[in-house]
Amino acid sequence: MIPLNFYLFFAAALFSIGLAGVLIRRNTIAVLISLELMFNAANINFIAFWRYGLMPEQFGGYLFTLFSIAIAAAEVAIGLALAILIYRKFRNIEVDRLNDLKEDIE
Amino acid sequence: MSDLCPRLFCIVALAPFLAALVSAFMRREQKKNSAILAIAGISASLVFALCGLVYVLTHGPITVGFNWIVPGANAIRLSWVLDPLSTSMAAMVSFVGLLIFIYSYAYMHDDVNVTRFFTFLSLFAGGMLTLVISNSLLLLFMAWEIVGLASYLLIGFWYHKPEAVAAARKAFITTRVGDIFFLIGIVWLYSLTGTITFLEEGRGLLEGNRLQPIAAAGLIFGLPALGWCCLLIFGGAAGKSGQIPLHVWLPDAMEGPTPVSALIHAATMVAAGVFLIARLYPVFVLVPLVLHIVAWIGVLTALLGAFLAVAQNDIKRILAYSTISQLGLMMLGLATGGPAVGMFHLMAHAFFKALLFLGAGSVIHGMAGEQNIWKMGGLRKSMPVTCLCFVVGYLALSGFPFLFSGFWSKDEILAATFAFDRTLFVLAVVVSLLTAFYMTRLVMLVFFNPSRAADGFHAHESPRLMTMPLIVLAIFSIGFGFIGTPWWNGFGKFLAGHHGAEAEHHVNYFVMVLSSLIALSGIGAGYLVYRGRGLTDPLETRLGVVYRLLAQRLYIDEMYDAVIGGGLRMISKLLNAIELAFELVLRLLSAVVTGLAWILEKAGDRYLVDGSFDRMCDGLRITGKRFLSVQRGQITETIGYGTLGVVFGCLIVWSLLK
Repeated sequence: MIPLNFYLFFAAALFSIGLAGVLIRRNTIAVLISLELMFNAANINFIAFWRYGLMPEQFGGYLFTLFSIAIAAAEVAIGLALAILIYRKFRNIEVDRLNDLKEDIE
Repeated sequence: MSDLCPRLFCIVALAPFLAALVSAFMRREQKKNSAILAIAGISASLVFALCGLVYVLTHGPITVGFNWIVPGANAIRLSWVLDPLSTSMAAMVSFVGLLIFIYSYAYMHDDVNVTRFFTFLSLFAGGMLTLVISNSLLLLFMAWEIVGLASYLLIGFWYHKPEAVAAARKAFITTRVGDIFFLIGIVWLYSLTGTITFLEEGRGLLEGNRLQPIAAAGLIFGLPALGWCCLLIFGGAAGKSGQIPLHVWLPDAMEGPTPVSALIHAATMVAAGVFLIARLYPVFVLVPLVLHIVAWIGVLTALLGAFLAVAQNDIKRILAYSTISQLGLMMLGLATGGPAVGMFHLMAHAFFKALLFLGAGSVIHGMAGEQNIWKMGGLRKSMPVTCLCFVVGYLALSGFPFLFSGFWSKDEILAATFAFDRTLFVLAVVVSLLTAFYMTRLVMLVFFNPSRAADGFHAHESPRLMTMPLIVLAIFSIGFGFIGTPWWNGFGKFLAGHHGAEAEHHVNYFVMVLSSLIALSGIGAGYLVYRGRGLTDPLETRLGVVYRLLAQRLYIDEMYDAVIGGGLRMISKLLNAIELAFELVLRLLSAVVTGLAWILEKAGDRYLVDGSFDRMCDGLRITGKRFLSVQRGQITETIGYGTLGVVFGCLIVWSLLK
């Protein structure tokens, strides 16, 4: 059996890649994709801890992951809708050009 | 080989899905490739469906599947079933689908979005075939939603037309109302029985006497819980199959391209509701009251559709109301005579209604987009092949005696209803009479009467690629009836073989003669009223208010708008009033507070507080400006700082713990 650590390292790597994507990429869509990577890293942790945990015969982590996937799907739908709306308003979807929240002082 | 055939049966559903997936990635210019791909996909389905049919004829029913999700000891299985019902339906769907796909290629030739069209069409075919072969309500429901989506996409295919968009939305929302009931029904059924698979080595819903003990248990308002489940599931079927009161979406769905109307809104998808009831018939039959409700809703739908069809002027709308009416008859046949009767009419109807719709498409194509039957006429000469095929479909739908499939299938329904309930029988006879009448009206006005089109307009016959499917469907509209005559009911036996003992009904000559007479008199009446060269409907002057009421579809749409839309508007008005009241209270409060504040300010606030407070604010502002260089409104930077903070926080905690 593959040791638990392998899963955790894998999930951590996935999470870091996702985080790096969120921080580095400027395209909103790419940021959303990176967010999905982070989601899935969390899901892998859920599954791993469920399988290696105390109660693998109860489907806590399993069901949690299923829900998480479903909610991630909903979240993508909203995210893409937002991306389209942002594009309509600003005519681009570069994250670093969406700085309207900043207050211009002097 | 004998083992391979059932396993490969799933290709029936997978091939169109694959075609849809590939053509989704095709460029817009690859019209021909996408059409060929779609046709190849559905041809593969047809081949495997026929293999499955032969297998069932020789080996009997079987289910095949694999474990889909295995969370522990209990696996969720994904399985498909080969039985007379599924294989015959799959063969019919893929066969009619293939013909319509070929026809569509010619019909949609000039459209720029042919690739998208065939993608949606393949998606639909895949969903429909999955629905047909699935062995559990869960998979069936998923496929059910896929065909609903495909129907939505195809009705709104010409999304630049506002009516098409509105019709698509209406269809989606109306069927969704039924689907909610369906889903609740499935969940309830699962909680009652612990299974939603149909056949599973004696543990399925439909097998043995599994449900017998709970058939009468748990009375709620006089109906057992199982009966409520059946009613809820019937609600889903009513949404999909356009039964009262959820029929309003089907006529509007004719905004889609005509091949779509033929395939989805006449032959296959709308029949899915009927198929569902046929599939679950062994459950329904346990609660006779539910069957009565189904029969009554069916016959009322049939009556309403037939009456409304009389007063429509759009060729596709007439056929749409006719479809609603025939779906009602199928439900009636199911409820009174069992799956064999209802499914026989479903199959026969699929052939001749697809034929009629494709014929109507050919007419519209030849008339350069004209759909009003009062602006057509004399097409017998200019479109001979279309006319001949259309007349075959017309005679089949009207139930012209002995030669056409519609006669035999309708005769079976009438005979079953005659044995079931006499009131229902009389109503069904009225439906048959009206059917023959309005179809004669349509055919007379479009093909036989002198042309009323604008001068100098010449209709032209459609290309071979469009007339060939018509001819094939016409042959089936005649030939299909002979596998289900009362003397040799091969189809009935084939279906009944699976569902156990079916009442062996003898030939009812009274009903047969009566239904022939009814069909003939309907045709005769239609001929007498509509011969000649009139420009308006003679019934319009003679029936007056009634005709106008029918032409306006009994104002059912308006009623829904008034009840549901009006209700929503009223609620929002009420909420608005409540909000206004709240606002008034708040304003009063704020006036009091403002008054107090004014007094306090005068009493020395300005000298006491302002001095110290202003200085503090200045300090804050200066500090804020210093830090502002960090806050540039860049989300990524903010997240980056956040991440840094978390990492350092973790490092600190970690070092402390060590």
